[in-house]
Amino acid sequence: MLWFILRRCGSAVIVMFLGSVLIFLGIRALPGDPATVMAGQEASPEVVEAIRQEFGLDKPLPAQYVDYIGQTLTGNLGRSTQDQLPVIDIIAERLPVTLELSALAMLVAIVIGVGAGIVAAVRRGKVADYVATGFGLAGLSVPHFWLGLLAILLFAVTWRVLPASGYVPFTQDPAQNLQRMILPALVLGTGFAAILMRQTRSAMLGALSADYVRTARSKGLSEAKVVGAHALRNSLTTVVTVLGLQLGALISGAVVTEQIFVIPGFGKLTVDAVLTRNYPVIQAVVLITVIGYVVVNLLVDIAYAFLNPRIRLSGGSHD
Amino acid sequence: MSLLEITDLTVGFDTEDGLVQAVRDISLTLDEGEILALCGESGCGKSVTAMSVPRLLPPDTTRLSGSVKLDGRELTTLPEPDMRHVRGKDVSVVFQEPMTSLNPSFSVGYQITEVLRRHEGLSRRAAGDRALELLELVGIPAAARRMKEYPHQLSGGMRQRVMIAIAVACSPRVLIADEPTTALDVTIQAGVLDVFRDLRDRLGTAIILITHDLGVVADIADRAVVMYAGRAVEQATVTELFANPRHPYTLGLMKALPTAAVGGRLAEIPGMVPSPLSDPDECAFHDRCPRVQVDCRVSRPPLVRQAEGHLAACFHPGGQS
Repeated sequence: MLWFILRRCGSAVIVMFLGSVLIFLGIRALPGDPATVMAGQEASPEVVEAIRQEFGLDKPLPAQYVDYIGQTLTGNLGRSTQDQLPVIDIIAERLPVTLELSALAMLVAIVIGVGAGIVAAVRRGKVADYVATGFGLAGLSVPHFWLGLLAILLFAVTWRVLPASGYVPFTQDPAQNLQRMILPALVLGTGFAAILMRQTRSAMLGALSADYVRTARSKGLSEAKVVGAHALRNSLTTVVTVLGLQLGALISGAVVTEQIFVIPGFGKLTVDAVLTRNYPVIQAVVLITVIGYVVVNLLVDIAYAFLNPRIRLSGGSHD
Repeated sequence: MSLLEITDLTVGFDTEDGLVQAVRDISLTLDEGEILALCGESGCGKSVTAMSVPRLLPPDTTRLSGSVKLDGRELTTLPEPDMRHVRGKDVSVVFQEPMTSLNPSFSVGYQITEVLRRHEGLSRRAAGDRALELLELVGIPAAARRMKEYPHQLSGGMRQRVMIAIAVACSPRVLIADEPTTALDVTIQAGVLDVFRDLRDRLGTAIILITHDLGVVADIADRAVVMYAGRAVEQATVTELFANPRHPYTLGLMKALPTAAVGGRLAEIPGMVPSPLSDPDECAFHDRCPRVQVDCRVSRPPLVRQAEGHLAACFHPGGQS
């Protein structure tokens, strides 16, 4: 098991390295010379050359990459071109907001999606199944921005039970924080829940018709144990896979959701950075996203191993 | 009174094509310590008959009538929570496919202790000790190590032994073994049958053995019921059945047994099994039968006594001489 995790960590590091190379080259491949841009249109070639030397842009690409990765690893991601603040500080301020939103959305999605998926599979062909499948289809089809606006209209304008927008840090006032996060989390989690519901339902349908479920019934176990332990355990691999794959959708969903609910998160930071051509920030945002993806996939792989003894034992010392 | 009494059992399934009758008017009994073989070809209703006892048929689509009594207690109308105390405790099942019948995500030890903790109320540790004994009982070497292993680490024969260990964990009155040796190598088959024989001798377990293999029937069973198209066509002790088969279908099955003789084609029964959707009033075997007469096409032969303890459903039974 330890060997398995180490191997997976190793490949994760390789992927992150390749990702950083791509980001580095991608920025260099953009049209235009940063030194010329920085020096301004009227600058003499000498000035441009001086800037080039100051920022190490005259060095060969591999040397530049080593500089870049060295700076990144020591936490220096450059300064925002908008307000000259260190990028690392901006990210440290924005990332937790999005992490909280994503975690809450994921919680919503798991509770609703997996729960509804199990119910739909067990009650296949009954009313509960049609209701769950219907909501699943609706949840998949409805775009976040529309759902978000609708939720604001309903909860904040018509019923006035929840605030429409804004953000209060959790450390400052947990109750206020949750009050403002619940709508965005629901909106962001809905589409996710729909996907999870459909995948859980089909995985559970497969598991419920498996021979080992019949064996579990023949032991006289309660339906709760047959479904909740024997069938669900074998469906969880699918659920975890979908969770990992959908992380990308969650991030892009967060961009839109944060925009609607005016939450100063990572998503909003990304949009703002792109709109103002704030390259240092974009570069950092992309890098953090890549790392996030790799880490989540690593966690998914490790979760697989916990769920599936065939994976867990094949990498171990066992014969 | 017999341990298990099945009377006029009829089982059908709702399908898109209508009601399919899998079993019609089966009556049989099983005594303590008896090994009863249910034999016949695929689709003859032998598994459905046996699975009606622990009620392991899909509840939504199954249409069942008749009576199944265990120790005089009617099982067909027993409420589901009570039935769960019967399953795995009084009646347990060994399934055909050892490869897929064990849960791949749980250790062997867990899958055995689970049933012990459910029915015997044993502690985790006591159940573990008992499971270890059971693994040794069914002939699994290095049982302590196997307890921690997962099904994919075991061979087919080992898995089937684990299945048997689960099935006999709570010393059931009736053990249903659904083609328990079909998926196994011939050399391993004999070992598994020995386990069954041993259990019967030691615990007095009554066994319903579902098989299409007459060799297995001759090897281990005391009595046999031959089924065709959902009905019992012949019923006798195994010695009597093999000595004096009366029904032409039974005869056909025996002729189709491969022998060690060199050359020659294996005998087969011509024709097809009739559709379970229809039930005309005629002998279901008539258009495949070498002894068919006019009366076979007009009415259905009832199951009648041919000799002591020997029943057959045929107007023109053979072997009376």
